[in-house]
Amino acid sequence: MAEAEKNLPHDTDAQEGTVRRRDFINIAAVSVAGVGAGAAALPLVRQMSASDDVLAQASIEVDIASIEVGQAIKTSWRKQPVFIRNLTAEEIAEAKKVDVAGLRDPQTLDERTQPNKENWLVTLGVCTHLGCVPLGAAAGEVKGEYGGYFCPCHGSHYDTAGRIRKGPAPTNLVVPEFTFVSDTVIKIG
Amino acid sequence: MSFPWAEQYKPQNPFMQWMDERLPLPRLVFNAVGAGYPVPRNLNYFWNFGVLSGVALMVQIITGIVLAMHYAAETSVAFNSVEHIMRDVQSGWFIRYAHMNGASFFFIVVYIHIFRGLYFGSYKAPREMVWLLGVVIFLLMMATAFMGYVLPWGQMSFWGAQVITGFFSAIPVVGEPLRQWLLGGFAPDQATLNRFFSLHFVLPFVILGVIILHIWALHIPGSSNPTGVSVKAKQDTLPFHPYYTAKDGFGLGVFLIFFCAVTFFIPNFLGHADNYIPANPLSTPAHIVPEWYFWPFYAILRAFTVDFGIPAIGSFGGLTIIPAKLLGVLAMFGSIALLFVLPWLDDSPVRSGTYRPLFKKFFFFGLIPSIIILGICGVMPAETFWLILAQIAGVYYFAHFLIILPIISKIEKPLPLPASITEAVTGKPLDMNAA
Repeated sequence: MAEAEKNLPHDTDAQEGTVRRRDFINIAAVSVAGVGAGAAALPLVRQMSASDDVLAQASIEVDIASIEVGQAIKTSWRKQPVFIRNLTAEEIAEAKKVDVAGLRDPQTLDERTQPNKENWLVTLGVCTHLGCVPLGAAAGEVKGEYGGYFCPCHGSHYDTAGRIRKGPAPTNLVVPEFTFVSDTVIKIG
Repeated sequence: MSFPWAEQYKPQNPFMQWMDERLPLPRLVFNAVGAGYPVPRNLNYFWNFGVLSGVALMVQIITGIVLAMHYAAETSVAFNSVEHIMRDVQSGWFIRYAHMNGASFFFIVVYIHIFRGLYFGSYKAPREMVWLLGVVIFLLMMATAFMGYVLPWGQMSFWGAQVITGFFSAIPVVGEPLRQWLLGGFAPDQATLNRFFSLHFVLPFVILGVIILHIWALHIPGSSNPTGVSVKAKQDTLPFHPYYTAKDGFGLGVFLIFFCAVTFFIPNFLGHADNYIPANPLSTPAHIVPEWYFWPFYAILRAFTVDFGIPAIGSFGGLTIIPAKLLGVLAMFGSIALLFVLPWLDDSPVRSGTYRPLFKKFFFFGLIPSIIILGICGVMPAETFWLILAQIAGVYYFAHFLIILPIISKIEKPLPLPASITEAVTGKPLDMNAA
């Protein structure tokens, strides 16, 4: 120790209430270590999220030319089933005459379809209750009391607009973001 | 675990007192790596590498668990799943490169840790058990590293598995069945990959367990120090925390600078390019080379080119007693097995190489060069010059432990030892009556 350093309060018991140089070094070191640990934790957290190959499948194009009126197809988007249904005039009328205010999840058919394409009902085939796949898309399947979709697992009934009408499901079948690329091709996602 | 001069754990706040009466875990930590563990006051930076090895293992375990979330141990997709980690998984490139280079850095710090022990006589009484457990850890590390290297299922992975499991076929009578049992088939395949993945996942936790025993065994006699002189009083020691936690923290910072420099700027420098070629059971790479940390052992393995036996006389065939292949394997395992008996080969009462002039010469001008030369021979093609060099270095390596060390400990006249650690540090004699 040089003479000059003798008076510096670095290793001595400083008076009550003063900050020693050592306190500062302590706090600084622990702070830097904390930032470092946080930086190291970031990639370990990030790796859990969807990888690029999963994100790359985030949108699909579907050719709907072959779907006749009254028919529906099941396709898969983001590893989830999607129902694409070509509604008949009766089904559209039925969906429109419902009093929206009385629904659990009030939505009109117009809100759930594209303008001038209200016969094309595109919904996720995932029951909003617990995620089962409802029946009603394939020919011969039970369509439920409201002629739309029926989820047999816990008895959720959806109408022709895919809205929840009866049973435990809290919300309507989700309508994914989709656009008409042409009259016969839609892009989902 | 308790020394007369150790600081006692006295929980201050009521909760910690309550805790201490029920589960004295804070007490255990305090006595293991806290102020309750008195450490010689004169440790140099070679004493950082134990903690650094522990940190390196933790890095490997954390990154490894994460990699296992994305990796698939299936011969048809294993290689692609690694590429998927590199290209698609968020931050996957970083995690894999950290794991790849973490393995190398784990070996770097462990080798320095071992050399510290060899030079300063850390294997001598009363710390033989610490040393033996350390050699067990080293063996487990080698097995783990080898199996991990197989998992990406590249060319080096595959042929490494082929060659290393081939060692076992050298064993007389049971060799070939044993090899097939290890591989789960006639050559490395799905069964091999699956079991290696399983073992590669579990062995690090076994290592962790042995490390706990290693530290436990160390804390009975306490840490050694560069003078090799035992601690005589409290003045010879400092509490582990904050003195050595701070020093280890600084060392960790330096270690991380090197580790990050390699991981971020030259991540493939220590690897082999051929492992970016998917495994092909029908074509062998020109040179099958293990990772750098196995080069010296690989050199010993390849140094035996001649069968041991009675040479051929005239036109009669010779009688082979031990074939070269088996000799190489025995020598390679022997080079590690030697470390198990080292505490009883080196009989000198003086621990530290600092006070052993003859030992020091042979250590720095004999043992270390021989290991480095073996390392170089291990990566070079198996041609005459390198084989002869490997044979010379290999002979020295074994002679050093089996012949030179026992002789040195008999004839060497050690330098005078300091009377105490405190005297070595301050130049003033230790005052046994001081507080």
